[in-house]
Amino acid sequence: MEDKVREIISKYDSDKAFLVPILQDVQKEFNHLPHKALHRVSVFLDVPISRIYEVATFYKAFSLTPRGDHQLTVCIGTACHVRGAQNLTDHIERILGIKPGETSGDLKFSFDTVNCVGACALGPILEADGDYHGKMTISKSNKLLKKLGKKVVTDEED
Amino acid sequence: MKKIKTLEELEQFRKEIQAQRDPKKTVISICAGTGCLALGSKKIAGAIKEEIQSQGLSLKVELSAIKETGCPGFCERGPIVVIYPEGTCYLGVTVEDVPEIVSKTIANNEIIERLVYKDPDTKERVVKDSEIPFYKKQQRYLLGKNNFIDSKSIEDYIRLGGYSALAKALSAMKPDEVIQEVIDADLRGRGGGGFPAGWKWHSTRNAEGDPKYVICNADEGDPGAFMDRALLEGNPHSVLEGMIIGAYAIGSRDGYIYVRNEYPLAVTNATLALDQAREFGLLGENILGSGFGFDIKIMRGGGAFVCGESSALFASLEGRSGEPRAKYIHATDKGLWDKPTSLNNVETWANVPLIINKGAKWYNGIGTEGSKGTKIFSLVGKISNTGLVEVPMGITLREIIYDIGGGVPGGKKFKAVQTGGPSGGCIPAKHLDTPVDFDELTKLGSMMGSGGMIVMDENNCMVDVANYFLKFLEEESCGKCTPCREGILQMRKILDLITSGEGKEEDLDTLEWMGQAIIDGSLCALGGSAPNPVITTMRYFRDEYEAHIRDKKCPAGVCKALIKFSIDPENCTGCHLCARICPVEAATGEKKEIHTIDDDICIKCRACYEVCKFDAIKIM
Repeated sequence: MEDKVREIISKYDSDKAFLVPILQDVQKEFNHLPHKALHRVSVFLDVPISRIYEVATFYKAFSLTPRGDHQLTVCIGTACHVRGAQNLTDHIERILGIKPGETSGDLKFSFDTVNCVGACALGPILEADGDYHGKMTISKSNKLLKKLGKKVVTDEED
Repeated sequence: MKKIKTLEELEQFRKEIQAQRDPKKTVISICAGTGCLALGSKKIAGAIKEEIQSQGLSLKVELSAIKETGCPGFCERGPIVVIYPEGTCYLGVTVEDVPEIVSKTIANNEIIERLVYKDPDTKERVVKDSEIPFYKKQQRYLLGKNNFIDSKSIEDYIRLGGYSALAKALSAMKPDEVIQEVIDADLRGRGGGGFPAGWKWHSTRNAEGDPKYVICNADEGDPGAFMDRALLEGNPHSVLEGMIIGAYAIGSRDGYIYVRNEYPLAVTNATLALDQAREFGLLGENILGSGFGFDIKIMRGGGAFVCGESSALFASLEGRSGEPRAKYIHATDKGLWDKPTSLNNVETWANVPLIINKGAKWYNGIGTEGSKGTKIFSLVGKISNTGLVEVPMGITLREIIYDIGGGVPGGKKFKAVQTGGPSGGCIPAKHLDTPVDFDELTKLGSMMGSGGMIVMDENNCMVDVANYFLKFLEEESCGKCTPCREGILQMRKILDLITSGEGKEEDLDTLEWMGQAIIDGSLCALGGSAPNPVITTMRYFRDEYEAHIRDKKCPAGVCKALIKFSIDPENCTGCHLCARICPVEAATGEKKEIHTIDDDICIKCRACYEVCKFDAIKIM
């Protein structure tokens, strides 16, 4: 872990100003921000650990806890909202049994909302592992969840 | 590619690459913006390349003439493929259409009727992109080039005259003259503030302190707005060119682009563009032999809306959490690292090369008294033609929504258009003839903002929409100052009560004075404008608030606590689909018999409403 963190930081010339992108890269590498990695960032950049935690908890993009195998994100931008993103969010919450920002106990799914991905023509959008799925409905989302290995009833005959 | 060292070399290079392309030869533009990519345009581009090879057309269409371009704006009908020089525009293309497109249109110039635009009213077919009603009223000075530029190619940009404005500024204009030109053009900041860009540059140039910074704000956080993404993603060099000219005028050597990490393609394309510009000698030391040196770094945001606010953005760039500070000292005096800084939005920067090339007088001729030039809006929500539209300032809301946007789909009634992002306002039908510019929208209690335009129809509840924006801002408030942090929370709690049928008559007064207190007492513009959606919806749609409070009814059928789902026995065929999809077994019944919904169990998830093919589910 130490080497990886050092490598990431050296990409940014150990410049403290790039703390946010550095943490983004650390998170990408370890799937979340483990305490050990943050501690290393603090030492290498010579930034107090309290400041590192301040930044890591301020920005929505960061997670201090491990993320699931699959990442589901509902876009709740205004265009998606007026086309029913709230219902979709409620539905995913119910199916996965977790709220936005949380990860299921078996580490299979993480669920989030995002303020807008800027693909408004496709709203409402459900992002699954980085792919955008547009014009989402409850039954379409069920099919998608089923593909990702979640047991749900779809409106298709089995 | 070797470095371009002088102006002459740039012009020479331009001539060379222009000579390489015969304007009569076929060029195929495939939209590779985020929207079309999600609909599979990457596969379409691949299929076209393969098909051209396999049909033996490689001589007619070179590989470099198959372009994956930025967003042409008509997102509703993506993926979009346009074939030039004819300008044949195919909409909603799929991979299956590709063999036919190549064998008919590319090989034999034959039009495929089913893929061209069909007017929903007249049923007339329109082949050329420029003649589609969506584009007709637009003036696409900024977005128009997207169709012709492979977003990953600096050569394409230079071929179309790119970096000629920079060359002009460096060779024929003194920094003060550049600033004067931008002042004369009356370019106002496109990020929402509307502050004159030229005067900002002027103050930064004359401020004491060194180094000076130039920053591009690409932290486009307004939900429902994506024009900055389209520009940075589709034509990144136009933004860079603007920034380099600005840096020359201000006397800056260091620039930053602060971009949302939620826009991965914009990050990729902008990073690539920076590398290319460096390689060509358009960034770095001694640009085009002028002695002027400047470079730009890219910085990805962390998903905080407030970082679009200038002082919060500086804090984030300095590696801290994005909390705004009081602005009694201007950023032009003390911005990033307390040094003089000019922060402008993506679209503002993209306007600069245009002004330098065509002159302030030309630019001034477009728009209204107080707002010059064009503005890009992202027209989204309940609108037939979702997409990006670039129009001259002063065009009316009605023209944008009906003539360009094609009105509200599904025969529904228009209710409101929300402009200005989460802190903007909702404008009702009676004000649709208002000309759109910075000042007129402010008069209506809304604002221009960065250019989001969200259309709502009769099925949208205005109380719910106001509550949505408050929730958004409650979450995005950085928490530094009390009026914003606590005030928005309290207003949201009241709206929660109203939407759940527990509102009281006096709540409306409370919302009003509380909103004013938040506006007066907040540190930055986030809090200072947060109550706008509530205040404008209360002004224009008071009857909806009253229906929630007095009659315990949600007229639009949105607020869950106030609606009931039932099955119309006339329409129910007993197909059993609702019972299958219902997650709580509230919808029940035997197959081929009339079904029912148990209101005590129903969680109002709308799943049955969505799947019913017989219009049997009713919302009361």
